Amino acid sequence: MLEHIELFFKSIFIDNMVFATFLGMCSYLAVSKKVTTAVGLGAAVIFVLAVTVPLNWLLDTYLLQDGALAWLGPEYADYNLSFLSFILFIATIATMVQLVEIVVEKFSPALYNSLGIFLPLIAVNCAILGGSLFMQSREIATLGLAFNYGLASGIGWFLAILAIAAIREKIRYSNVPPPLRGLGITFIITGLMAIGFMSFGGMLTGGGSEDNVTDAKVAKEEEKKEPAKEEELEENAVSFNQAINK
Amino acid sequence: MALLSKKDTSLILDPLADNNPITIQVLGICSALAITAELKASIVMAISVLFVMGLGNVVIALMRNVIPSKIRIIVQLIVVASLVIIVDQVLKAFAYELSKTLSVFVGLIITNCIIMGRFEAFALGNGPYRSFLDGVGNAAGYGVILILVGFFRELLGSGTLLGIPVLGDPIAKTGLYSIGYENNGFMLLSPMALIVVGIIIWVQRSRNRALIEEN
Repeated sequence: MLEHIELFFKSIFIDNMVFATFLGMCSYLAVSKKVTTAVGLGAAVIFVLAVTVPLNWLLDTYLLQDGALAWLGPEYADYNLSFLSFILFIATIATMVQLVEIVVEKFSPALYNSLGIFLPLIAVNCAILGGSLFMQSREIATLGLAFNYGLASGIGWFLAILAIAAIREKIRYSNVPPPLRGLGITFIITGLMAIGFMSFGGMLTGGGSEDNVTDAKVAKEEEKKEPAKEEELEENAVSFNQAINK
Repeated sequence: MALLSKKDTSLILDPLADNNPITIQVLGICSALAITAELKASIVMAISVLFVMGLGNVVIALMRNVIPSKIRIIVQLIVVASLVIIVDQVLKAFAYELSKTLSVFVGLIITNCIIMGRFEAFALGNGPYRSFLDGVGNAAGYGVILILVGFFRELLGSGTLLGIPVLGDPIAKTGLYSIGYENNGFMLLSPMALIVVGIIIWVQRSRNRALIEEN
């Protein structure tokens, strides 16, 4: 149970898809002009990640890994098909996205109207393939953990795009130097937010395990309350700089 | 007849500056940021993308009349994925250390938006030769930014270029370090990549004011 909780918070904050590994930056920058669309895309990413990561985990464990074909019989135990993982993962993702689109359209037209336009975009979102590839390279142990990892990474991505969309809505009223307007300032804000998120790095180290969990919850509440406070992030940046200088 | 007509030259040269895939079209950011802490990794990544994009554009352009438009995304993904597998296997065979550094980001070339974007916007409507030039041009524009970011991050972050110390020895205090210069370890951390790209965008748009956005 504890490892589930740990993985959950680690994937949301410490290994945040956007701020720690820069996955899904393209749609993150392109679709973050308004909060409502950002929420739509974020929800779609959570959904697709939570479906595709466990599926690809099954493929990886029973088909691709070194010796994974042993269940077919002893003569297959030597096969290592892991070089096929890119093509198989991306095919799974593209098919799943298509399938999810059809199912959602059939059973929940309201959800389809809000998510629908984003679903085709998601097939080529680096965050989705990245989730599966990190799941493979970090050797996540069980199907439950894989689902947990997919879900939590999705939530992390959702939080990131929500925060940047809120900041971009506010920043319209600020006097940004003209050459920096739009894309440039978004990059720099994202950089500052990433520095802020680095302070979560100490969340799961040191102290008893009980403390860690409560810490994480407090951190999460704070994040929810003020995702748009840039000053705080900058303060974080300064303190982090000092920590590094020491 | 010249090898490259004027139109063909602009296919290659435009993406290098005024229509750069990263700073203007905002495509393919993910890998541009994550692997640029070292110049060497940036160069290898740029070459890999050049290979995948040049060939991928040719393959798609050759098949453009037989791909049903409904399943074209899957076809494109399969073409890129096959090319990326080749790159990945070559890297693993000849540059194992480097392929460890690049880790999953080689695989993520598949979902690099530049590649899909150029397939959709160019290769599906043009012949193989022009598509090849377009692919090479865009990949080169991507590579230029990658190498620029990698150059500054490695130089300021660890005082080396391609692993060779250029500013002196930080422990023996020679060269620049003898007058109190210190490496800025912060440049090696991931957030600085974003800020360096932000600054590149700033410089580019100050020089060419036609590129400035409204808000």
